[in-house]
Formats: sequence, C-alpha cells, structure tokens
Amino acid sequence: MLNENKIEYSKEHELFLKNVKKRKVLIVFTQILILVLFFAQWEITARLKIIDPFLVSQPTRMLKFLIKLYQNGELFRHIFVTCYETIVGFVLGTLIGTVFAVILWWWDFLSKVLEPYLVVLNALPKIALGPIIIFWVGNGRPAIIIIALMISLIVTIISVHAGFKEVDEDKIKLLKTFGASKFQILRYVVLPSSVPTIISALKINVGLSWVGVIVGEFLVAKEGLGFLIVFGGQVAQLDVVMLSIIILSIAAYIMYILVASLENKFLGWKN
Amino acid sequence: MIKLRAKDISVIYHTLDGETEAIKNLNLEVKEGEFLSLVGPSGCGKSTFLNVIAGLIKPSKGQIFIDDEEITKPSNKIGYMFQRDYLFEWRTIYKNIILGLEIQNKLNGDNLRMVEYMLQKYGLSAFKNYYPRQLSGGMRQRAALIRTLALNPDILLLDEPFAALDYQTRLAVSDDIYKIIKNEGKTVIMVTHDIAEAVSLSDRVVVLSKRPARIKDILEIKFSIKDRSPIKVREAPEFKDYFNLIWKELDIHVE
Repeated sequence: MLNENKIEYSKEHELFLKNVKKRKVLIVFTQILILVLFFAQWEITARLKIIDPFLVSQPTRMLKFLIKLYQNGELFRHIFVTCYETIVGFVLGTLIGTVFAVILWWWDFLSKVLEPYLVVLNALPKIALGPIIIFWVGNGRPAIIIIALMISLIVTIISVHAGFKEVDEDKIKLLKTFGASKFQILRYVVLPSSVPTIISALKINVGLSWVGVIVGEFLVAKEGLGFLIVFGGQVAQLDVVMLSIIILSIAAYIMYILVASLENKFLGWKN
Repeated sequence: MIKLRAKDISVIYHTLDGETEAIKNLNLEVKEGEFLSLVGPSGCGKSTFLNVIAGLIKPSKGQIFIDDEEITKPSNKIGYMFQRDYLFEWRTIYKNIILGLEIQNKLNGDNLRMVEYMLQKYGLSAFKNYYPRQLSGGMRQRAALIRTLALNPDILLLDEPFAALDYQTRLAVSDDIYKIIKNEGKTVIMVTHDIAEAVSLSDRVVVLSKRPARIKDILEIKFSIKDRSPIKVREAPEFKDYFNLIWKELDIHVE
C-alpha cells in the first residue's frame, strides 16, 4: 500500500480482472434491458388493447405530453420547483437537526428532560400537522418546505445526537489531557467523528424530504410535480400522473446519487 | 530531585449501587528522569491513579505536586499516552501530531520546527501526509508519542501503552519508545500488567495491592549489563529474579 509502483501482472491475474469487468458490464446491460423490456411491453400491450391505456396510460402518450410540456416551457419549471423545495427541505432539516443535536450534547440535562417529548414528536406522523402549518404560514411554498423540514427534523436530532454520544470517550479524554475546552472537544472530536452519521442522516433526509414536498404540493401547490400528479388525477389524465411519477423517480435518483457522492468527498480518509 | 509527589491520595467512586474505594492513602515520590512502573492486580486502581496525576479525576483526599506546585487540572507539564494510539482517522499523521499544539494555540515556528525535527529523527517524515489507517501499529504508536512530545511535557504518563500490540510488535515498539523517551530525558510513570515489561523498562517498580490500592513494595531495578535496552535486559541474569520477586508480591491466584 505504501508502494504504488506499477506491477506487471500474471496472466491469471489479468484473466481475473477481465472477468470482474465482464461481470460489471453484464450487470449494467441487464439493468438497462429490464427497463427497455418493461416500457416495450407496456406500449405493446396497450396497443393490442390487452391493458386499458385510459387506466394505465402508455409510453407514447406520455412522450407526447412530455413534448407538449417542454414546448410550452412548463416542464423544467415544475421539475425545478419540486427539486428546489426538496433540497431546501432536507438541507435545512439536516442543518437545524444537527444544531439541535449539538445543543442536546452540550446540555445533557436538557437532553434527558426532552427525551420523552422527542420520542412523541418522532412517533407523530408529521403530515397530520399540514393543515396547521398552512393555517399559520399560508397557502404557498413556505408551507411545503416546512412540511418537508418537519418530517426530517426530529429523526435527524435523534440520530445525530445518538452519534455524538457514541464518540469514543478516550478520544475525548485525550483532548482533555491537552486541556481542551468543551467547544474544542466539539470541534476537534465530536463533530468530525460524527461526519459519517450526519451524511447518513442527509441520505435518509433526501427520501423523507421528497415525501414531505409531494404531500405538501398535494395540499397547497399550484406548480411542481406533486401538483401535476394531483391535477392529472383530478382531470382523469393518467398520462400526466404517470409521466410525473417517472420524472419524480429520475429526479429523486439523481439527487440521491449526488448526496451519496458527498460521502466520498468528505470521507476520503476512509479509502 | 523530586519531580512529582503524590500525598495521601484517596479516591472513592460513587455509583447508585454504592461506593468503591479505589485508592487509599497512597504516597509516592518520583525522581526527575526516572522511569517508574506501577504494577498491580487488574482493577486495583492503577489507571485511576494515573488519571489523578493527569488532573482528569479529582481525588477524594490528598494532593499531587509537580515541582512543588499543586495540580488540580490537566497540566502542561504532563503528557498522557494511552493503550491505543487514538490517532484521529480523518487527520493526516502530521495533523494528528500537531493536534495538541493546535488546541493549546501554540502553532508557532519554534514548536513546528521541533515537530519537523522529531518526525525526521524518529523516521516518520516520509509518512506525515499519510492517514493513520495506512501505517503499521508500531508506527502509529510512535506517531502518538511524538504527538505527546510535541507539547514538550516533563512527565509522561503511559497507560499500558503497548497492550494493544501483538507480542513481537510490543517488544520492538517498547524498545523503540524507550529509546525515544530516554533520548528526550523525560520522567515516566507507566501503568502495566505485564511484569516482564515493567522490569525491562523501569528504574523502579511499584507493586500495588488489591483494591483499594496501597503500595505493597517498591523495587529498584538494576542490571549488571551496560547500555541498557528493554530487549537486551531480558537476557540479563537478574531479569528472572526481579520477575519472580514481583510475581510473588502480586500474589495472584486464579479462583
């Protein structure tokens, strides 16, 4: 490991590397094949009237609607609005949650006092608070973002605080022998060793934030993918609903990949 | 000259189940430049005593003096080395070594030059930008020692510093660390449960009783061979006598 010279490999090792690569290609190929087959059978069975396109839509109809949305310029607006709300939701949820976790770590007494309240709040389905939030902040984007934030906030506080408490006591003791203050202990040991916990909270929050945003849009929105889904359902346009769901899946997937790549950036020392 | 004095130290631990007397009226004097080991049955309170000296635990009774000054909180004159190296995985070796300096706000030219010099002298220069994970156990322990030495303490407290290493590495690392410590002229108090280790490194060995810890005996360790080193003295004729003496003093039975 300390020597990174280039080494001539044996024939056997080259064969091994080739097989590993071959397998990787095969896996990706199969993954794509499944997707293609799925859409192909959807289209074919719809055309042959085996399934009813009115109920389940069909790929070409969705494509037509996609082009229409793109041409009147609404496609990216809807995607942007939903992604924006989601990103703000999970970033705020993770940041505010971490700040609260720091406060609880700092005042152990407070954390003991608040424990049962946090458990109750965590158990409560936050969506139930939707109407109250709309009543308080109005029928608009702030309400959607707050619903998304609420969903991830409590679980972030609990998991990050638990991560803080799991930091090796002896590492803290080491800093104390250097005469470190509590703030220095937080800064030099507790926060850095909790980066993996915070990133995994972030990854979970991305998913939770999507739920919050879509439900929020169901409740109040005039734009966004959640709005398109509700709207499509109301006007009995399953093409709109299906297309929005597919776009939603792709957006959620890309966002997850981006957040997961943060892991490589911040945890470079692991590899 | 007396470097450190423990006067009438008693420590009582409190839990909901009751109280435990860990140390009772312990008096000890450590001379400047001396390598002193504390051995005793496991759980006898020797690590507690080290924590008291380090200023991490307040004793229920008694005082610790360094150079005739009383210690009540972690002191700059003391460096602490643990059983494991506790290098921070997310910092490079260099960043780990300057951690203490960073915390005490002492990242100045003189100290950094000292760190560079020690890295050079003790063979870690080439690895300063590596992460701890990439180094062997022995090198990591050496990096941990340099981290402690970077703050230039007079007294080093070693809490079973080699216990986490496998046997062969332990012999090599203890030899290595011993030479570095002697070279730097530090006073050392080491806690260990390894009798051979205590005999091979120490000038004096303090045998502690079962809990609550009291001093049972203090042995001067002297060898007839020249240029003493921890590995060499294991060959000396006196080695096994000291070993047996301490073994008997410890009076350990499997019950």
